[in-house]
Amino acid sequence: MAKEIEKHREEWQRSTVEPLLRGRPERRSEFVTGSDKPVQRLYLPEGYSEAQYLEKLGFPGEYPYTRGVQPTMYRGRLWTMRQYAGFGTAEESNKRYRYLLEQGQTGLSVAFDLPTQIGYDSDDPQAEGEVGKVGVAIDTLQDVEILFDGIPLDKISTSMTINSPAAILLAMYIAVAEKQGVGRLHLRGTIQNDILKEYVARGTYIFPPEPSMRLITDVFAYCSREVPLWNTISISGYHIREAGSDASQEVAFTLANGIEYVRAAVAAGLDVDDFAGRLSFFFNAHNDLLEEVAKFRAARRIWARIMKERFQASEPKSMMLRFHTQTGGSTLTAQQPDNNIVRVAIQALAAVLGGTQSLHTNSREEALALPAEDSVRLSLRTQQILAHESGVTTTVDPLAGSYYLEALTDRIELEVWQYIDRIEALGGMIPAILKGYVQKQIQESAYRTQKDIEKGERVVVGLNKFQTEEKKPLNLLRVDPAVRNLQIEKLSRVKASRNASRVEETLKQLREGAKQQNVNLLPLILEAVKEYATLGEICRILREEFGEHRETIVL
Amino acid sequence: MAAKKTRILIAKPGLDGHDRGAKFIARALRDEGYEVIYTGIRQTPEAIVQTAIQEDVDFVGLSLLSGAHNELFPRVVDLLSQKGAEDILVFGGGIIPEEDIPSLKDKGIAAIFGPGTTTKQIVEFLKSARESS
Amino acid sequence: MDLVTEVRRGNLRAIARTISLIEDLEPEAEGLVDDLYPYTGRARILGITGSPGAGKSSLVDRLITLERRRGRKVAVIAVDPSSPFSGGAILGDRLRMQTHATDAGVFIRSMASRGYLGGTAAATGDVIKVLDAAGYESIFIETIGVGQTEIKIVELSDIVLLVLMPGAGDEIQAMKAGIMEIGDIFIINKKDLPGSDKLLAEVRYVLGFKNHSAGTGREWDGAAGEDADGVANPVLMTRADSAARAVGEDGIEQLEEAIDNYAAQIESSGKLAEKRHFRLERELLGILNRKVHQLMDVHIEVSKQLPGWADLLYRRDTRPYALVNEQISKFMKERAGD
Repeated sequence: MAKEIEKHREEWQRSTVEPLLRGRPERRSEFVTGSDKPVQRLYLPEGYSEAQYLEKLGFPGEYPYTRGVQPTMYRGRLWTMRQYAGFGTAEESNKRYRYLLEQGQTGLSVAFDLPTQIGYDSDDPQAEGEVGKVGVAIDTLQDVEILFDGIPLDKISTSMTINSPAAILLAMYIAVAEKQGVGRLHLRGTIQNDILKEYVARGTYIFPPEPSMRLITDVFAYCSREVPLWNTISISGYHIREAGSDASQEVAFTLANGIEYVRAAVAAGLDVDDFAGRLSFFFNAHNDLLEEVAKFRAARRIWARIMKERFQASEPKSMMLRFHTQTGGSTLTAQQPDNNIVRVAIQALAAVLGGTQSLHTNSREEALALPAEDSVRLSLRTQQILAHESGVTTTVDPLAGSYYLEALTDRIELEVWQYIDRIEALGGMIPAILKGYVQKQIQESAYRTQKDIEKGERVVVGLNKFQTEEKKPLNLLRVDPAVRNLQIEKLSRVKASRNASRVEETLKQLREGAKQQNVNLLPLILEAVKEYATLGEICRILREEFGEHRETIVL
Repeated sequence: MAAKKTRILIAKPGLDGHDRGAKFIARALRDEGYEVIYTGIRQTPEAIVQTAIQEDVDFVGLSLLSGAHNELFPRVVDLLSQKGAEDILVFGGGIIPEEDIPSLKDKGIAAIFGPGTTTKQIVEFLKSARESS
Repeated sequence: MDLVTEVRRGNLRAIARTISLIEDLEPEAEGLVDDLYPYTGRARILGITGSPGAGKSSLVDRLITLERRRGRKVAVIAVDPSSPFSGGAILGDRLRMQTHATDAGVFIRSMASRGYLGGTAAATGDVIKVLDAAGYESIFIETIGVGQTEIKIVELSDIVLLVLMPGAGDEIQAMKAGIMEIGDIFIINKKDLPGSDKLLAEVRYVLGFKNHSAGTGREWDGAAGEDADGVANPVLMTRADSAARAVGEDGIEQLEEAIDNYAAQIESSGKLAEKRHFRLERELLGILNRKVHQLMDVHIEVSKQLPGWADLLYRRDTRPYALVNEQISKFMKERAGD
C-alpha cells in the first residue's frame, strides 16, 4: 500500500477510531463474511500497478475474464431468466412452462422427479411416494413430447437438471426436436450431467465413477459433432454450497470437478478446444452480497488460467467460465416466508453484479413447497426489476475497483488454489471423493454454520431473531398423489402400443455397446428411446453392466 | 460412563439424497450423548424397520425433503407395529407442510420437526418422550 | 416374552433385546447368557480389523453375500468408539452393508465401546454367544484395529482377517502394532491403488520372518511360509467396490475360499480347539475380575471413593498398599457380617 495512505491509516486509527471505540465499541469483537472469514474495518487501495491491473483484472471478454466473459455483458444482452420448474405429469409442467414463457421468461429449465433422476420408471416399487413430487415424471419419449408440446425447440433454449440419465434425456430431447422438424444442429440448451457432485452433495447417482465418466465423455464427443450448440455439462457448485460448504469451497470443488471432466475427455481422445467451449457452470448466490460477487469473479479468473496453463486451450471460448446461478435455497426460512422475497432480491443482485449468464430466483415458500403460480411470477418480476429498473446493467462489472471487493476476490482465489492443490495431491477429485476428503470439508463447514445459528451467533431474521408468533397462511402447491397412477396407466399404454421386438433389439445393442469401452452410447440410446424403451428399462441394462454406486463415507 | 444409552436410528427413506440435515442431527445428537445409528440415503421403509429392530433403538428419526412423507412415514410406523415394535417412537423432519402434521401424528408419528428446528428442541422431545414411556 | 426360547427361535426382537440387556449391564443378562450357553459352539467367528478407510465394511458386505449364497445365516457386530467427551457415538458401519438390511438371514448390530468396566470385549463376547445360540453360523466382528481394546475384541474370533490398504502407511503400522501377530488371513484391499504390489511384498516378508522365527525348523527361503503348526497364512488382494464386482475382478470369491480352507485346516490341526480353549480361559478370568470388583463395590463403593483415596495419597497422608489392604480388611469384615 502506498506509504502516504498507510501513514494516514495509522493516524486515522489512532486519532479518529480509537476515541470513538472507547465510547462506542463495535457490535462485535470480530466481523466475518457469510463464510466465516474475517473482514477488516476498512479497505484501502492496494496500489495495483497498471501491470497488475492488466494481469488480474484485465478487460471483459478477454483473458483472464475476471470482469466478465463478454465485452458488453448486459448492455449487449441481458442474462437469461430461467426459472427451474417441473412437477407432476408432463401435461401439468407443460402448462407451467407456457405460463412462464408468457410472463417473459427467456429460457426453460426442467426439474425432474426423483425416480426419473435415479433411473426408475413411475411403476417401480422404489418410486413409491416420489412420482412427480420434486419435478416432472418422465418414463418414455411420449412424456417428453407432451412436456414440450407447443414449445418451439428451435426458438427456445432448455436446461435440463438431469445427471446420471442425462444422456437418455438428451436423446429424448433430440428425438422430440426431430419430430418438430428441428435439426440437432440448431438445438440450444444444457444438461447438468455432472456426476461428481452427486457423490458428495446431491445423491442422485446411479453408477460408479468410472462408467459415469464414460457416459459423460460420450456426451461431449457426440455433441461436439452432432449438437454443436448444446452445453454438454453444467459443472455445479450450487449443491455443494447447499450441502454446507463455504464460498471458497464451492468454487474449489466445482473447478476441481471441472478439471476431472476435462482430463477424462482428453484421455478419451478429444481435443480440448473441441469440447471445452461447451462446458458451463452452475453456482449459488448466498446472502453475503460482496463475498458472492467476489466469488464469481475469482472463479472466472481461476478457470481461465487452468484451461490455458494446465490444458493448453487456445480457443478463447475454451477459457471462458460461463455460468448459471440459482439463489440459495438453504438460506430461506419457513418462518415469515415474505422475508425470503427480500433475501432472493439481494442474492439475485449478487449474481447480476457477478456477471451471471442466466439466473433462477427462488420463491417465497421455497422452504415449504414448490412455488405456486403467483409466487413464481414474483420471483420472475424480481429479475425483471433488476434488469430494467436498478441500473446495474448499464455498465460492465460495476463494482470493480472497490477495495474490499478486489481484496475479497484475491483472497477467495488464494483459498481456491489451496484446495485445488490439496486435491491434486490426493490424486484428483475422484480419489478425493472416494477417500471422503471433500465430504469432510463440506460437513465441517455445515456443522459449524448450523451450530452458529443455534447459538445465535449467525443471525437469521425471523428464525433466531425478530421472531413472530403469527402464521400467515400460504396456498402451498400440492402434487396430487394420483400422479403416480396416471403415470402407471400411461406407461402401460405406451408399452402395449410399441414394437416390443424393436425395443428388445435396441436394448440388446445398448448392452453390447456398454460392455465395450470405445463405443459411444448416445446413438444406441437414441435408437432405444425412439422405440419408446422406457427410462427404467435403459437404466436397468446400464445398472447391470456398470454396477451401482453405494455411499461409503459416513460422517 | 453410564452403561445404558439411548439409541436412535437416523434414516432417509425414499430417493431423496439431501442429507445435510440428517448428518447434522446425527452428529449433534452424538454430542448430546446419544448412540446414533446412521444408515445413509435411499433406505426403504422395510430396511429402516428391520434395522430399527436389530439395533433395538428407542427412536427412529426420518429425514425427508422430497414430499413423499405422507406415503413413507406412516409406512415405517405400520411396519414397526406389524413386527411387534410399536414401542419404538418415530419422529420426522425435513420439508413437511404444517397442514400435513396432524394426519401424520394421527398415523403414529410422535413428532415432526420442520425447517429451523434446533438441536435443543429435538433433545427436549427425546427426553420427555423417554420419561413418559 | 421368554427371551431364551425366542432367541433360539431366531426372533429378531428377542435377539436384539437380549443384546441390549448385555450392553446395558442389566442384572438379568447373566442368567440369559448362561441359559443360552449350552446352545453355542456352532458358529464360526471371524474378526475383521484394519485401519479406518481400508474398506472393512465393504468387504464384509461382499462376504455376507457369498455366505448367504452358501446358505449360511450371518451376523455382524460392528464396534465403534464412543466419544470420550459426550459418551455418545455415531455408528455408521452398517451403512455399507445395508443391502442386506431386509434379508432375514442376516443380523447386523452396531455396538459402541461405551468405556465398559472390563472392556468392550466382555460384552462383545456375550453378544457373540447370543447370536451363536440364535443360529447364526458365521459371525463377523468388525472393529478398527488401532489399539489394545480393539485387539482384545478381535481375539474373540476363531479367524482374524487383517485388512490393509496401499499407501496408507500400513506397511509400518502393520509391523509396529503387533497386529501381524494376531492376524490369520491378510487382505490387501483397494488393490488398484498404487503401492499394492509393494505392500504385498512387505506383508509376505514380515509373515515369512514371523513364521520362521516361530521355529518351523525349516530353512527360510524368504517366502511367507507356514506358522509353527504348519498352517499357512493366506495373503490376498481384493477390490471391494461395485465397479470391480460388475466385471468380476474383485477377488472376493477367492477370499471366501481362502477363509473356508483356513477354517478347515485349523479345525483339523486342532489349532481351533486350542484357540477356543484359551479364549474361554481369558473370558473366565474377565468374569471373575468383574465379579470381584462388583462384590467389593457392594461394601466399599470403589468408583465413588477412588478420587478421595487418590487425594489422600497425593497429599501423602497415606501409603498405597496400606490403603488398599485396609479397604480389603474392611470388606472382609463387612462380608462376614452379612
